[in-house]
Amino acid sequence: MQTRTRNTSVLIGSVLIGLVVLAALLSFFWTPHDPEKVNAAARLLGPTGDYVFGTDKFGRDVASQIMVGARTTLYVGVVAVGIAAVIGTPLGMFAGMSKRWLGEFVMRGNDLVLAFPALLLAIMFGAVYGASTLTAMIAIGIATVPSFARIARSGTLQVMSTEYVLAARSGGRSRFAIASRHVLPNISGLLIVQASVSFAIAVLAEAALSFLGFGTAPPTPSWGRMLQESQELLTVQPRLALVPGIAIAVAVLGFNLLGDGLRDRFDPRLAVGS
Amino acid sequence: MTLRVVRRLAILIASVFVASIVVFVFMAVLPGDPAQVALGVNATPELVAKTRADFGIDRPLVAQYADWMGGVLHGDFGRSYVTREAIGPQLIDRLGVTLWLVGAGMLVALVIALPLGTLAAVRHRKASGTAISGLSQIGVAIPAFIAAILLVQVFAVQWRWLPSGGWTPPNQDAGEWIRGLILPALSLGLVQGAVLTRYVRSSVLDTLGQDYLRTARSKGLRPYQALFRHGLRNAAVPVITVLGLQLATLLIGAVVVERVFVLPGLGSMLLDSVAARDLLSVQGIVLVLVVGVLLVNFVVDVLYTVLDPRLRGS
Amino acid sequence: MTATRSDSVDAGMTLVVEDLGISSLVRDVSFEVGKGERVGLIGESGSGKSLTALSIMGLLPDELRASGSVKLNGRELLGASERELSRLRGNEMSMVFQEPMTALNPAMRVGRQVSEPMSIHGTRRDHKAAAAELLDSVGLPADAAGAYPHQLSGGQRQRVVLAMALANDPALLICDEPTTALDVTVQARILDLILSGTRQRETSLLFITHDLAVVASVCERVLVMLDGEIVEAGSTREVLTAPKHEYTQRLLKASDLEAS
Repeated sequence: MQTRTRNTSVLIGSVLIGLVVLAALLSFFWTPHDPEKVNAAARLLGPTGDYVFGTDKFGRDVASQIMVGARTTLYVGVVAVGIAAVIGTPLGMFAGMSKRWLGEFVMRGNDLVLAFPALLLAIMFGAVYGASTLTAMIAIGIATVPSFARIARSGTLQVMSTEYVLAARSGGRSRFAIASRHVLPNISGLLIVQASVSFAIAVLAEAALSFLGFGTAPPTPSWGRMLQESQELLTVQPRLALVPGIAIAVAVLGFNLLGDGLRDRFDPRLAVGS
Repeated sequence: MTLRVVRRLAILIASVFVASIVVFVFMAVLPGDPAQVALGVNATPELVAKTRADFGIDRPLVAQYADWMGGVLHGDFGRSYVTREAIGPQLIDRLGVTLWLVGAGMLVALVIALPLGTLAAVRHRKASGTAISGLSQIGVAIPAFIAAILLVQVFAVQWRWLPSGGWTPPNQDAGEWIRGLILPALSLGLVQGAVLTRYVRSSVLDTLGQDYLRTARSKGLRPYQALFRHGLRNAAVPVITVLGLQLATLLIGAVVVERVFVLPGLGSMLLDSVAARDLLSVQGIVLVLVVGVLLVNFVVDVLYTVLDPRLRGS
Repeated sequence: MTATRSDSVDAGMTLVVEDLGISSLVRDVSFEVGKGERVGLIGESGSGKSLTALSIMGLLPDELRASGSVKLNGRELLGASERELSRLRGNEMSMVFQEPMTALNPAMRVGRQVSEPMSIHGTRRDHKAAAAELLDSVGLPADAAGAYPHQLSGGQRQRVVLAMALANDPALLICDEPTTALDVTVQARILDLILSGTRQRETSLLFITHDLAVVASVCERVLVMLDGEIVEAGSTREVLTAPKHEYTQRLLKASDLEAS
């Protein structure tokens, strides 16, 4: 009976993510209006057939901005999670396969990075190099490295203690061969779950950063900045905050549900229990 | 037990040391000259050189670091490059606001998560348990600043029950202080409460399946009595880890919420300092936040030892 | 099949189980345990022995339902309220579980756990002295009270569990494979303690095991369970020397008891 709810999680998660991806892909070919086009004649219009979600204070179409904003969200998520996975996975595997003290040392360094949360790191980068989508992505990516390293290490330790790895080692296989043939394939499930969960966190971080002015610079549409721009108009036009707010929640919920649902399929610890 | 705590303390001190170097180096290597930035483009080279000497940034990096850290250890964070005022007193003032906010946010999160998470676990086969799980999943997906905007819209704008922002010090008007703290604390706490609910649920669920709970019931304890007397302490251990992570998240999340509610906390000081390119202030604030996160991790580790006797001794 | 059953006999019985069924896993189980009598319940894992025990205690997992009748000293237990049952548990009936490693709360000192049945049922005020006496009665040193379970060996923990179960001189003690998880050398000591503990208190014993040798040394009567049903019942001597059911014969053949 657990599997049923898990499958529902994966299904709903995939549908929500699908919506975001679809909006992003479609925006490359078509949007109802030019999302960046300022139109003084069409300021703060309510939802109509022409402007499904209405327009903002510059007369820009909200729906079009949401569609192009989905692009920004996914772009930041993919790059940030990519950075974290590419650095964190080998680091964690290395920590799990090397001598105990060396592994401990790597993990201590890992803990230290953990003391610099994404938001703080991005603000530091912004202070020094000037805020942009790039600094936000890199900061979120670096801050996410520890969670990948951790999961990769604990997975590696489990795999390294199995008999087939012991057999391979006594057969004189090189470490690299063991890592690529035995460890990586076996921990890939855990990594996929981590990627999904990290993606949700990255979406949240990007939105918060754009909201603070440390993310995507105008005029490129971004959900977080739409929210920030809506704040002064909250009394008259709460819709301007609701629409991007819901968009962010949909994306985060989607990746969280997907990660949750996949966890049971891939996590060997949980699989034994159920 | 003491050995474990001492060992952990050594790690804490080493981490703080390394973190301070990271923060310092990061800020020291930045492009641009703080003196030039502070004086503007029209300053003469002589004046820039003099200001550099004033700031102490004409000396070797190691000496600068030693100076800065030496001061920080005594609560002296140096003088702002922009306002020329001492950073330390303002920083401590602002930290007070942020700590109130984080504490209140954590309280909200706990008040939500402990009963709801436990209930969701005990009733995990019933509709009410599933409903709590579903709601918490949605709550997790709503970032604090969206919650903040929605709360302001409802409670400040529509119903006019609570102020939409601003800060009243507690010693000035306690009533206003609490009224001003409610919405920011809810914004921070609701989301973290949703996250925490999920962890409490899984931890209690795990505990409910343990043999010793059945033993407790075989002695004559009713299900809830058994859970409270025997289960909660054991269920608390994994929850405490998450709580530690969350405190760190709250500390950083406060940056955003302070901005929405115009609270004079550490977060708004950080953002203002960044905007003014007041980098020595940024350096000091970042250090305080990072040390805060490290401290929380340390406390969590020590709490483990207290709660789980298996970690003590040998 | 063997024992004659009538209402007059029921009255003198500590435990009377009639037509017990548990979901579809246990069917038509009927047996009795007299005052001070020691009855063994044998069968392989999955035969429904443990479920039978848990249904008597009222501790079946939520998803399972019991039907039929279970009477303890004439009082019906199936369908009784949680409140009533919790008054009986740890007081008039108690249980020793198979896994001593997980049956104790890892975060509570042994002394408090041992005296807990007394504090719950208000049978004794002086918990400290009670804990010390109980621990002494199962051959543990007094300073064991201050220990946490992880500091004790498996055998010591099982003594603690036994001390807890006997704390309130129960009318019925159920032991579910109490020695299976222990070293052979420790097993005999625990069995001795169970025997002496129940004899002193005139406690009836329902002893669940798959080990025929243990049954032979502990029980006066034996019930053999297979696939959720009792297939044979009788005195230990009868069943172990002249088994009627083919399954019991196989059990006996598989064990090394024949020689003795």
